This record gives sequence, structure tokens and C-alpha cells, in this order.
Amino acid sequence: MILTFPHMGNTYITAKALLDDLGTNYIVPPFNNKKALELGTKYAPELACLPLKINIGNFIQAYEQGADTVLVTGGCGPCRAGYYCEMHREILADIGYKMDVISLELPDNDFKEFFRRIGKISGKSNFFRIIKAIKNASKVAIEVDKLEKLTYHIRPLEIRKGSTDKIYKAFQHNVLKLKGSNQIFELIDKTRETLLKIEIDRDIKPIKIGIVGEIYTTIDPFSNVFIDTKLGKLGVEVDHTITVSNYIIEHLVKGIIPIGKDLEYAKAAKPYLGTMIGGHAQETIGDTILYAQKHYDGVIQIYPLTCMPEIVAESILPAVENDYRIPVLTLIVDEMTGEAGFLTRIEAFVDLIQRKKGSKVIEERRALSWN
Amino acid sequence: MAKKVGIARALFFYQYYPLWKSFFEELGAEVVISSTTNKKILDAGVKACVDEACLPVKLYHGHIIDLIGKVDYIFIPRLTSISKKEYICPKFGGLPDMIKHTIPGLPKIISTEINLRKSDHNALKAALEIGSYFSSNKALIKKAYENSLKNYRLNRASIKAGKLPDYLTDRNLSSKIAQKSSNMNVAVIGHVYNVYDCYTNMDILSKLIKHDVNIITIDMLDSKLVNEKASTLHKKMFWFFGRKVIGSVMHLLERKDIDGIIYLMSFGCGIDAFMCDLAEKKIRHDSNIPFTVLTLDEHSGQAGMDTRLEAFIDMIKMKLNKSEAAKVITNVAT
Repeated sequence: MILTFPHMGNTYITAKALLDDLGTNYIVPPFNNKKALELGTKYAPELACLPLKINIGNFIQAYEQGADTVLVTGGCGPCRAGYYCEMHREILADIGYKMDVISLELPDNDFKEFFRRIGKISGKSNFFRIIKAIKNASKVAIEVDKLEKLTYHIRPLEIRKGSTDKIYKAFQHNVLKLKGSNQIFELIDKTRETLLKIEIDRDIKPIKIGIVGEIYTTIDPFSNVFIDTKLGKLGVEVDHTITVSNYIIEHLVKGIIPIGKDLEYAKAAKPYLGTMIGGHAQETIGDTILYAQKHYDGVIQIYPLTCMPEIVAESILPAVENDYRIPVLTLIVDEMTGEAGFLTRIEAFVDLIQRKKGSKVIEERRALSWN
Repeated sequence: MAKKVGIARALFFYQYYPLWKSFFEELGAEVVISSTTNKKILDAGVKACVDEACLPVKLYHGHIIDLIGKVDYIFIPRLTSISKKEYICPKFGGLPDMIKHTIPGLPKIISTEINLRKSDHNALKAALEIGSYFSSNKALIKKAYENSLKNYRLNRASIKAGKLPDYLTDRNLSSKIAQKSSNMNVAVIGHVYNVYDCYTNMDILSKLIKHDVNIITIDMLDSKLVNEKASTLHKKMFWFFGRKVIGSVMHLLERKDIDGIIYLMSFGCGIDAFMCDLAEKKIRHDSNIPFTVLTLDEHSGQAGMDTRLEAFIDMIKMKLNKSEAAKVITNVAT
């Protein structure tokens, strides 16, 4: 059995840590690319959401390198992500790619089946090795997200433009050559030290923009046209509340162990969207409000065309914008998304925010000037 | 004076109207429904709603606007789930919020949540909450709930027998659908609000009747058989409509008397995007029944629909003639 899995930003690093520690054979698909998206668009339903299409492309490219089993996470709705595993199964079978599809679902009282599937992918590993691997993989996810957050902070301040990206891209490629979570932790530490040595302008107070929306397109740089980098280059510090480590902790870990979930976003969203309707719709509304309360300068909502929960959130965001006086830009991605168009809109949005902020600064100076 | 409660003639109106009507009327309210879908409603809905929403949700917005000024309350139930371990779609769970934050000048909205995902005890709880707007007598509300359920079940049984009630189609069409005279059986698969809203689907049911087709909709099939088939899936289908589609398709393929299957799809419908693909794969793998997809959106042109429908019916006729001819040849040969 040679496993493969879908790409979503840096999740491949967590998957790699887990599978290395379990001693499973696997192939990391080529990083998300135009060809993968083309293949997925060709074989997936036209109005399927972008993540499904890219993932099909990932699996096909991995199959061409020898993978025969697909590992995905499952779900139970309401949004379509929970049914991806079956769509993958049907589409791959239909085009003649003989791949087994294993989906790790939250048990729904069938713990036996859950552990059977974990056992299937863990080869000869015993129970303790499996638990240790899951624990270390979760820690890798947390550390990688911390590293990425550091790049959000440094990028807008860097004196030599592109320094952050050079180091971070090298990390993303070099991690593929390592084996096991311990080596990955070492590289993360080294990369952090290198990033902290980048020359920065400490006088810059960057604009702060929060990123909200659907999990895949907010996390995966290829899908969101590398928005974090683009915004960083425009002098913006971004923040993401939806991250892989956050997902693992809030949904997977706290789904099994009854620790209190972090429901601040739900409290904030209550007057606007009081129930969980699927995907991250409530988070989108709630986090926008929390960003406004933390005095962020703007929020960008990103989602793939036809994403149902985000469409609901999109229709409610104007009311939030109005009530909390925070500018919100919505960007919708699909396989036809043009980078230039996106960049124009992002630049215009940042421009508007800078002008609004600039006029505030001028007023403050005027207020103090007669002292 | 009786309180007026408005119900939009869209989305799950086409499934639950008899239930809601008899419930509200038994509690002394006057039920007002919006006009039948027309261009004014479509335009108002498209203007008010976000561009990316599916056509049925946009139409719903238009129907709600149509009710403003005519009623004291508008009933927009939050249909999180209407069946065990299933959802309908995220938009239904957030529909009241979409409406409240998009359309100005609304009267009081009754947006009680109906969530039967874990158990159906919630149905009575929801009924008591909704009923409290019209009566403080809990026993009366409970009775109204039980009576309206009885009424609803009778209604569903009548639909299964092929007799479509007035609120779904006009009497003329309903009687023609019940007739079943010709030998061409075509199943029309789609959400209730697409199959029965004549403006949205450009009168497809009448057009099919004119082509001498026996129409079979999902509602006419035996739910038990449909659910049995759906339960054989590798992973449990967690959408109400998804289960019906795949179960119905599998059941229809086992019957040897289906000559064609039409899938009425809404542009932008997340569920349809997946279900249509799964249905198509099943039909193509396990049979050679002609299958076509007709996509509905706010730009749909009559001419386009008519052409495709005619071509599809012609194809079925050719196929039937071919097999009739083949039978004759075989008979002659023996």
C-alpha cells in the first residue's frame, strides 16, 4: 500500500510527520499547480467547489508516481466536504484510476471502525506508537502554524523585500527531505531562528487585516493566489483564525475529549448567525466581529465559488460591516480566477484602508498641534 | 381580528404547505401566501440576494418581499434538519438570518428552529414555540400539531398515488399527470421547488404531458424502497434530498419500465452539483436509460429548454421504436 493525501497549504508537513512516525509508505503529491487544477476541473462536476477539484488533481499526479491509496478526512455535513471521500471514490473509479479511498471519520459511536481504519494505515505500528505519532503530528501542526504566523509578522516589516519568502519557501521544500517528527521539529526551530535574524524596520506600524472564510481557500496559498505574500508585500500584517492546528484541536481532539471548545466567535456571531450551519460560516461572522473589536483595519473573506455556508455568511457580512465600521472585502475563487484581477482588488482595498488610516493620523496631529 | 401569517410560495412551501396551513388555521390565524412566481418576484429576489446564491434562494427573497405590507408575521422556519442524521443544506439553516439582514421593512419574523437530526421530539417543541404566537393554550397547540400532521400524511399518500394537490400544480395538469395513458415513462428528478414551480422550470411538466409522457416524480415513489436502496451506499448520505435522489435512481433502475430520466438542476446548488454527478454515473454504469440534465438559473430561456426537451423526447422515441422493431424482427425470425 502506498498512501497519498490531498494538499492544503502546510498540512503535508503534518501528514508527513504522522506517516513517517507510523512507518507507512506514502507519496507526497506535487505541490498544488495549474496542471492538478486542470485535471480536477476536467473530471470533477462543474459546480463542485475548488478544493474537490484540486484534490482530484493531487491524487492523479500522485497515482502517476505510484500511489494506490488515498487518505482523506471525512465529515457529516451540512457542507459538502464531508462527502468528498465518496466523490473521490466515484470519480477515480470512473476514470479508471484504481485507488482505494480511506476516510478518517469522527466515529459517530463506531469507534471500532475508526480504529480499524487507523490500523489500516499504520501498518505494523502498535497502539502506543500510533498514539505517540498522533500526538507528535498534532504538535508539528501547531509549530508549523506558529512559524507561518511569524512570517505574517515579519514580511510587512522586512527591509529587503522577499527575504521572508526566500527562507520560508526553502523550509517548505527542505522539509520534504526529512524523515520523522523529530527532524521536522529541528528544521522548524532552525527556520525560526533564521527568520528572526531578518533585518526589519521597527518604525513601521503595518495595517492589520484579518482573513476569514472557507478553510481550504484561506489556508492554501495556491488557491488564494498567494494572498498572504501579496498583502505582506503591500505592508500588511495578516492574521488567520482558521488554521490546521486550530482545526485539529477544536474539531478532532475536542470532538473526542470533552474539553470546553473556544466559542468566543459563536458568542460574537449570535445576533447575526446564531446556529452552526456548516463549514465555517459562523466563524466567518464571529471572527470578523472579533477582529473589529481588536481594532483591525479590515477583513478579507475568501471562499470557493458555490461554497454554501460562506454564501450565507457573505449575505450577512454587510450588516456586520455597517454595525462595527470595519471594511470587508469578499474574494471568490474558482478555476478561472485571474491573478491580475485579484491583485487589483486587493491593492485597491489596502489603498482605501491606508487613506482612511492616514486621514485619522492627520487629524490626531492637528489635534495636538496647538499644544 | 385574525392575525395574518405569511408563507413564501418557495422552497419548502412545496413540501410542507398543507402541514403549516392547517396548523396555523386551527390556531385561528389567517394564512397568506405570496403570489405565484412571476418576473417581478424573480427580479426583486435577484436584486436583494447575494449573487452567488442558488436560484431557489433568490426566488425565496423575492417571495418574502412580495409579502411585506400584507401580513403581521412572516413564517421563515429555520430548517436545520428534517430527518434523522441528515441536513438539508447550509442555506436552509441560515435562511432567516440571510433574509433578516438583507431585506428592509420586514414585519415580525417567526424563525423557530426545526432540528430533527438527533430525534423528532424537537418537532413538537418547535410547534409549541411557533404556536405561542397565536395561542397561550398549550393543549390546543398540541392538538393543532397532531391534526396537521395527520392532514399532511394524507396529503403525502395522495401524492404517492399520483394525485398532485392544488397547491403543487393546477387541477388540469394534476389530472393529466394522474392519467398515465402513454407508454413513455420519464422520471423528473429535482428539488420539490424546482419540479413544481412552473415559472422556474418553464412549465416542463405541461410540456412533457404535451409530448405524451407519463411523469414520475420522486414524491410518487415508495419511500421505503427508496430508503432501502439509499442505505446500501458505502457512506451514509447525510442530505435529505441526496438520499432521495440516489435511492430513487437506484430504485428506478431496477424497474424495467423507465424510458428516460431528467435531472432538473439549479445553477449554484451545492447539493445538486454532487448528486447530479453521482446520479449520472449510476445511470450510465448500470443501465442505458437516456439521461439529461436541465439547468435552471435566472437567465434560463424558454427556447433553449424547449429545444433540449424535444431532442430528449425524440431520442427516447427513437430508442423505443428501435426496440419495437427489434422485437418484430425477432418474432419474425422465430
